[in-house]
Amino acid sequence: MSTRFTRTLRTPAGITVMIGGVVVLLATVFGPVLFGEAATARDIAGRQQGVSLEHPFGTDELGRDLLARVIVATRVSVLLTLGATGISVIGGVLVGIIAAVLPPVARRLVNALIDILLSFPWLLLALFFSVIWGTTATGAMLAVGFAGIPVFGRLVSTLASSVAGSDFVHAARILGSSPLRTSVRHVVPNILPPLLVNTASHASVTLLSFAALSFLGLGVQAPEYDWGRLLNEGARRIYVDPMAAMGPGIAIVLTGVVFSLLGALFSEKRSNRTLRALPRRSRAETRAIPTVPEAAPVVEAVDLRVSFRSEDGGLVERVHGVTLSVAPGEIVGIVGESGSGKSVTAMAAAGLLGPDSLVESDSLVFRGIDMTREPTSVEKRRLALEQAMIFQDPLSSLNPSLTVGRQLREVSEIHGRMSRSAAAARAIEALTLVRIPDAARRLRQLPHEFSGGMRQRAMIAMGLMGTPRLIIADEPTTALDVTVQRQVLRALRDAQRSTGAAILLISHDIALVSGFCDRVVVMRGGRIVEELAADRLDDARHPYTRGLIACVPDMGTDRDKPLPVIDAEPPSGREPGTSASTDPTAEHTEVVA
Amino acid sequence: MTIPPAPSPASVLASPTPVTPASGDRGDRLRQLVGSPRLAFVLRRLLRAVVSLVIVLIASFFLVHLVPGDPVRAALGPTVSPEAVEALRRELGLDLPLGQQFLDYLRGLVTGDLGVSVTSQRPVGATLAERLPTTLLLSVISFVVAALGAFPIGVATAVSSRSGRHRAADLGASGLLGVLIAVPNFLLAVLLISVFSVGLQAFPPAGWGQPSQVVLPVIALAVGPLAYLSRIVHVEMLRVLDEPYLTTARSKRLPNQILYVRHALPNIVAATLTAGGVVLVGLVAGTVLIETVFVIPGIGSTIVSSITAKDYPLIQGVVLVYAILVLAANLLIDLALAALDPRSAIAEA
Amino acid sequence: MSELEFRRVSVTYGHGRTAHVAVESADLVVRPGTTHGLVGESGSGKSTMARIAVGLTPVSGGSILLDGVDITNRAREARLARRRVQMVFQDPFSALDPRMPIGASIAEGLLATGRYYNRIDRESRVHALLDRVHIDPARAGESPSAFSGGQRQRITIARALAAEPAVLIADEITSALDVSVQGVVLNLLRELQQELDLTMLFISHNLAVVRYVSDEVSVMRAGRIVEHGETSAVLAHPADPYTRELLRSVPVMGEPLELEDA
Repeated sequence: MSTRFTRTLRTPAGITVMIGGVVVLLATVFGPVLFGEAATARDIAGRQQGVSLEHPFGTDELGRDLLARVIVATRVSVLLTLGATGISVIGGVLVGIIAAVLPPVARRLVNALIDILLSFPWLLLALFFSVIWGTTATGAMLAVGFAGIPVFGRLVSTLASSVAGSDFVHAARILGSSPLRTSVRHVVPNILPPLLVNTASHASVTLLSFAALSFLGLGVQAPEYDWGRLLNEGARRIYVDPMAAMGPGIAIVLTGVVFSLLGALFSEKRSNRTLRALPRRSRAETRAIPTVPEAAPVVEAVDLRVSFRSEDGGLVERVHGVTLSVAPGEIVGIVGESGSGKSVTAMAAAGLLGPDSLVESDSLVFRGIDMTREPTSVEKRRLALEQAMIFQDPLSSLNPSLTVGRQLREVSEIHGRMSRSAAAARAIEALTLVRIPDAARRLRQLPHEFSGGMRQRAMIAMGLMGTPRLIIADEPTTALDVTVQRQVLRALRDAQRSTGAAILLISHDIALVSGFCDRVVVMRGGRIVEELAADRLDDARHPYTRGLIACVPDMGTDRDKPLPVIDAEPPSGREPGTSASTDPTAEHTEVVA
Repeated sequence: MTIPPAPSPASVLASPTPVTPASGDRGDRLRQLVGSPRLAFVLRRLLRAVVSLVIVLIASFFLVHLVPGDPVRAALGPTVSPEAVEALRRELGLDLPLGQQFLDYLRGLVTGDLGVSVTSQRPVGATLAERLPTTLLLSVISFVVAALGAFPIGVATAVSSRSGRHRAADLGASGLLGVLIAVPNFLLAVLLISVFSVGLQAFPPAGWGQPSQVVLPVIALAVGPLAYLSRIVHVEMLRVLDEPYLTTARSKRLPNQILYVRHALPNIVAATLTAGGVVLVGLVAGTVLIETVFVIPGIGSTIVSSITAKDYPLIQGVVLVYAILVLAANLLIDLALAALDPRSAIAEA
Repeated sequence: MSELEFRRVSVTYGHGRTAHVAVESADLVVRPGTTHGLVGESGSGKSTMARIAVGLTPVSGGSILLDGVDITNRAREARLARRRVQMVFQDPFSALDPRMPIGASIAEGLLATGRYYNRIDRESRVHALLDRVHIDPARAGESPSAFSGGQRQRITIARALAAEPAVLIADEITSALDVSVQGVVLNLLRELQQELDLTMLFISHNLAVVRYVSDEVSVMRAGRIVEHGETSAVLAHPADPYTRELLRSVPVMGEPLELEDA
């Protein structure tokens, strides 16, 4: 935590925040002492002056220096902001905790009330409260503070219930940890960091709210002044001296930015990633062949390397020189564990890796099309018709907003130049082939009306809409039950038999691959370890392959002996099973549901 | 401001409770009752609006009673005679029992009688009726500008930043959006006046009525919500572009416009409106500041002057009208959600 | 050695017309010192069986007996007895508090024993447990993020063991792991079972894994237990058609899949 924090502080944003924070702090503490005199010294002769060297922001109607007044106002503005933020946070935490310990019915009522209050803009709530507490600095602080309570109440109750729903809290409860102990030991430590982050960014909002109230004349009253009040006075003289309004405005915005950057800096998640595209290139010039001999491999990759941009900006190679070819109609399985590079290899062969990846190869060709380049429109059409994809998660691989029929017809209509009705007829055929009954009605449904196994079969049917030469199936049955798995595999086999397409099946399950494929390719740490015929698994030479075969219990494993264990570290130095959580570029497909 | 999504109030620290999400329970029953999840959602939101309205009515009634000390004395100032204070108190009905006062208040609402302003002696209802259209027009135009502008900007910046080819432009756009979100609308209004009215003399700095007088207030009011909403669209779009179903669509080598418009856009509407609704609604309240800066005779400038003058009948009326405007805007967004969300995913939310 | 008995237990979520029956009148006995496998597909109610046994979900009918004592009610004896039933969760990433050193997480398991441990006793116990699950005791102060999925799962097992459970429930504990790591965890469970004479309920969707670790097996479908008996007997001569379908669906290494009747 601390090393990460110091590292963050050294980034440009971190340095900006530190400098800005120090300036605000200094102005708050020493501003009135150092500039108090200049801010109150009247100079009737020099009143309402414009910008000058002597008065960078000009002077007000009594001739007081506006820059000095902006600096002096820092203390009032910042202290009132902190006070109001404090009220919001403390009130919100109390509300959140009370909501958490109440019985379900009362809890629901409190949550509904927070919901309703949240639907009102803060300004309206603040105005309401300022009617009650009066148009004074304290009244405004209370008003802005109370207006923020629902925000924090909701935040706390959301955070608390998400922590309370996690398995480690369940575990503590099973172990007999009292509710009080559980909240002190588990809930509070886990909601505190996000709460701090939000407090910082909320302070920024509070600052602006305060300025708004004072600007309206409902906050700090003369002779006291804060930035909002200075802005109000400056806005009246905007014809004479724009800086009279801009000066306090700049102070408000900059301080607001410092607070919100502080929040962003503490936040653990960076959502604002900016990508830098990586060039696509192939080392050797591969020329597209217009006519493809039928016996030529469907896919041929020679020394394929795939790298991804890592978090620190460098490149990390995840596939280290894979050479693979798939013959027409052949069923090839790639087996491997997390981080073996099996999915990345398949996605590279399909030309579907994102812009954050770098694909290099001596050759990467799909039926005469160089997959390392941006395809031409003719090539795009052929790829659309001749390649089919099936992914792991049947829930998310179909578009939830479009009917199944529309998603099926799309390729035929756009690339196959079919009429809508012809495409629809073909879609019915395809659904029937994968044994989805009542196809015409099913086509009008949305994916969520399909079961998991049916969605996967609909994906297969989608591939059948063109003239598939290769079906890439990436863990197609991992998310499914075993009985459903058979139905999906049968649909896949039927599709293969009726079209003569080749299949590239990616799986972690070597038994499944050996039972379905002609040839098995074993990958580990981004390299091919061994290739062998599916019916000759016993001939496996490489210790990893043998280990992989032996370590999975099957229906014949000797129950009295321990399972053999693969103990060697994989070549990439990564322990299997570690990749999913931390590395965003890691294959997240392997977590078996 | 981070508005976290609605939580599923799981059993937090209580002893054994069913794992059923408590919130879904009532929804399920309602959904079964009316048959359609979409309809159930609309009904639930209508119910919420009604409950909110009741709370608003009660709150606006008690507003005067919550003011510490004597509101009538505060309104009239320390120099007025006790007889005058007593007369006003009687006129406002503050000498009656509380229950009677509330009933009178409700009866007044139904008949359109919102009382008489202390300062201007005009009926509050008439003042509001005269000024409400201005505020409504300003809000609606800004609302539309913000909502319609955000989608193309968000989608374009997301697509560009995902391709990674125009890194400088992406950083510039994201920085600009960040600045526009950070600048408060009243400050932007002052800035616009100083540049376009004082400097370039292109638009009038104040007033209402001419089309040219609409431009600056709408910009000042809409830009912040527009930028915020654009960023939500941007983030949502990036999320959807990484979804497996977009990879499926890419594997079909669909033209880009079909990819973005048909496959991605429908899937960001619900989340965008849910997260961005708060900002769009906040825009209604923003009229308070904008009308004050541009001296627009709407209810926004009225609320400020009435609070300063402690004109309680007028305050009550304006607060009520604003609250109802906000509820209406919320309901509008909910209805849009119900109409636009293709899967009724809202029902599960 | 203890015995865990589910006696005609039912679990219903929701009320009235929206009620969903997760478990319907299920009987299951985990005999002392043995491992009982519970196999079923998603939605079969097998995980609900784990949750009711440890009190995370209340039963709507029937009872669960630990050595004859009903542990389903809220009485003090039931609560104390329930702590002797411990559980290992499916997801090793959410089962450990990310902000708590693993040593402290394991020490939390000592709470369930009801005994007081001073600091030295506690530390030596944590070290012994880490050693037992083959994790370097010197790493007790590290946070969960420093460990791989398989290591984390072994840590959660150590935490459950710290409670000195009479019955251990393992709910899909290897399904989030890679196959090579799965072997390590399964071997550890076997080893512990033999050394400590644990009574264990092993829940999984994977028939081959259940077969490997279990002495007896129950097959669950749609909230009901459709078949139970000694593992080898059930798998050799399945009586229920669903068990037969499950058996036929499991791919066998090196044998072509039989798909024609799918």
